[in-house]
Amino acid sequence: MDGSTDPQFKWPLPAARLPQGVAISTAVNQGAGPGGYGWDHPVDPFVPRLHRRREGRLIAGVAAGIASHLGVPTLAVRVAFVVLLAFNGLGVLLYAAFWAVLPAGPETGRAARGRMFALVAFAGLGLAVLVARVLLIGAQPATAALGWLVALIAVGAGIIWHLTRTDQRRPAGAGPAATSGPPWLNSLLAETGRRAYLLRFVVGGMLIAGGTVGLAAFYAPVGGSRPMAVINGMLFALVALVGVGLVAAPVLWRMFGALREEREARIREQERAEFAAMVHDQVLHTLALIQRNAAPGSTAYRLARSQERTLRNWLYKPTGSPTEKLAAALEEAAGEVEDAYAVTVEVVVVGDADTDERVMALVAAAREAMVNAARHAGVPTVSLYAEVEPGEPEGTNGSEGKISVFVRDRGVGFDPASVNAGRHGVRGSIVGRMERHGGRAEIISTPGEGTEVRLTLPLTPDRKEGSA
Amino acid sequence: MTESSGPPRLRVFLVDDHAMFRAGVRAELAAQLTGGSEGSSGPDEVVGIDVVGEAATVPEAVQKIVATRPDVVLLDVHMPDGGGRAVLEQVRQQLGAGSPVRFLALSVSDAAEDVIGLIRAGARGYVTKSISSAELASAIRRVAEGDAVFSPRLAGFVLDAFAARPDAPIVDPELDQLTNREREVLRLLARGYAYKEIARELYISIKTVETHVSNVLRKLQMSNRYELSRWAADRRLV
Repeated sequence: MDGSTDPQFKWPLPAARLPQGVAISTAVNQGAGPGGYGWDHPVDPFVPRLHRRREGRLIAGVAAGIASHLGVPTLAVRVAFVVLLAFNGLGVLLYAAFWAVLPAGPETGRAARGRMFALVAFAGLGLAVLVARVLLIGAQPATAALGWLVALIAVGAGIIWHLTRTDQRRPAGAGPAATSGPPWLNSLLAETGRRAYLLRFVVGGMLIAGGTVGLAAFYAPVGGSRPMAVINGMLFALVALVGVGLVAAPVLWRMFGALREEREARIREQERAEFAAMVHDQVLHTLALIQRNAAPGSTAYRLARSQERTLRNWLYKPTGSPTEKLAAALEEAAGEVEDAYAVTVEVVVVGDADTDERVMALVAAAREAMVNAARHAGVPTVSLYAEVEPGEPEGTNGSEGKISVFVRDRGVGFDPASVNAGRHGVRGSIVGRMERHGGRAEIISTPGEGTEVRLTLPLTPDRKEGSA
Repeated sequence: MTESSGPPRLRVFLVDDHAMFRAGVRAELAAQLTGGSEGSSGPDEVVGIDVVGEAATVPEAVQKIVATRPDVVLLDVHMPDGGGRAVLEQVRQQLGAGSPVRFLALSVSDAAEDVIGLIRAGARGYVTKSISSAELASAIRRVAEGDAVFSPRLAGFVLDAFAARPDAPIVDPELDQLTNREREVLRLLARGYAYKEIARELYISIKTVETHVSNVLRKLQMSNRYELSRWAADRRLV
């Protein structure tokens, strides 16, 4: 199987970091594991569910999986398969059927295959069984081929069926990676997924087609002129085709739907880009020129700046509402300060976070800091820089995430020692607000060089209280 | 404006499809000759700046830049027929990659792809058109000396592009990751610190700050990390 069926393929890191051992594999078995197809009835952890085992497998892990499910030695199961070869190759047929139907077992990090010489030994044994059978009983009767062709079709259908189930497990391309990471990541994954998807589809289809053609040929041998046989063959072929159609239809439908949606989205995006380029070039340039030529603080400057900001937001940041996203909220606050105090706030935000009560408190504190800079610093520009550090994934002992915001001006500054009594507003609205919400505020100022307000807010303050 | 005597003067070429804007920048840079260099943290003796030519279209720009060989080209990101990137690539093609002509991107654009695209094509820096004339002059001098110029916004873009992500694999740690020091310098740049202030904050010399910024620029230009994500973004709708 290829990696696209296995969600863990995309997340090698967490699995690799965890201590490897039995504890993990049973934990996965109990839930609807990656191969579990959502059979979420409770399972006795001591009887492993029937699936293809990845560790210690020789071919596809069928024998190993059956053995661990039944609690018998793997060797016995393998020998049984080999011995069954003597009955018109039943061993291979069964093996193929099990492979097509059984889900893959969970990845435990010990996915190494068994030893190569064991495989050779079993192949030799199988060959010996076949030769012995031919020597003892004679060549296989012609009807045996029928079973093989049916098996071929079954395997093909099995491949396509696996594909459908995989798709249902992750609806609408929302893989486990879809919640985090930038959009291009998802598209990249979706693309590799799609390619594998297509490959499997083609392979499955070819197997089915091969089996069908074989069946037709079997019933209507070349040169044969029995009309009934030909009709029989056609009938079989038709039934097989209808079967394939039923199996494949949802897959095809979904693929076409996704393609159509993507094409429409692309056209919309192109139109938007063209429009943006034109507006950008004409209007934004004019607004920039007005700002360069008008005195900072004048009404013309203020209007031009405000218009530029509105347009820019519309052109380049079409997503994210100020009530939902930190970056948008900060931009909006900066815009309000620009409008109210006729200053320019340079906003740079790295990363983004969803807003909640605490994040909005941070935004309010930042806004207060910007207002202070605009009112007292005596300079036309204020810098705002915010960065969201997501921290390490849960379960590892990495750092916790935090949001840092810096509001800086190059204005007159003040002496922090002399200001505690004077600037009451700063204490309450910035420092107090941050502390109430589990954050921190620091105000650094030097007379003549400017002021910087540093705000930090841990992303998850409740984790320690919750676990205690 | 002749360059007959005195220290060598910087020869600057303007590429912008807005005549008004070219005129404005030309006038401001001329005013900077006599004015001081507030906000500049470069050497004390101020090198004069001459605007030796300007162009409004890509073919005109390419032809005139190749003919005049200026020290620094101020390049508008957005123009018809391929924009600043086309100019940069065609000039590079005609003069060879080792030519001493340096490019500084100047834009009202906020789209990270445009800006980083131009940097990856070889521009030494990016400033917004709202920059003050003194800062613009200082940026031109810095680029002429071979340093990199990062506006706060560009610093933010770069931090974003190199942020720790599960997607873009780190192929070459030398190129695909920023050192902690480089990250600190970029953060301070994004916070609006001048090189001088960064040097003081981190207890390093201005020269070291310049080296860090140049290294970041090199990584941004050479690393495949950004290209990969860009590639994926471009191919999203295959």
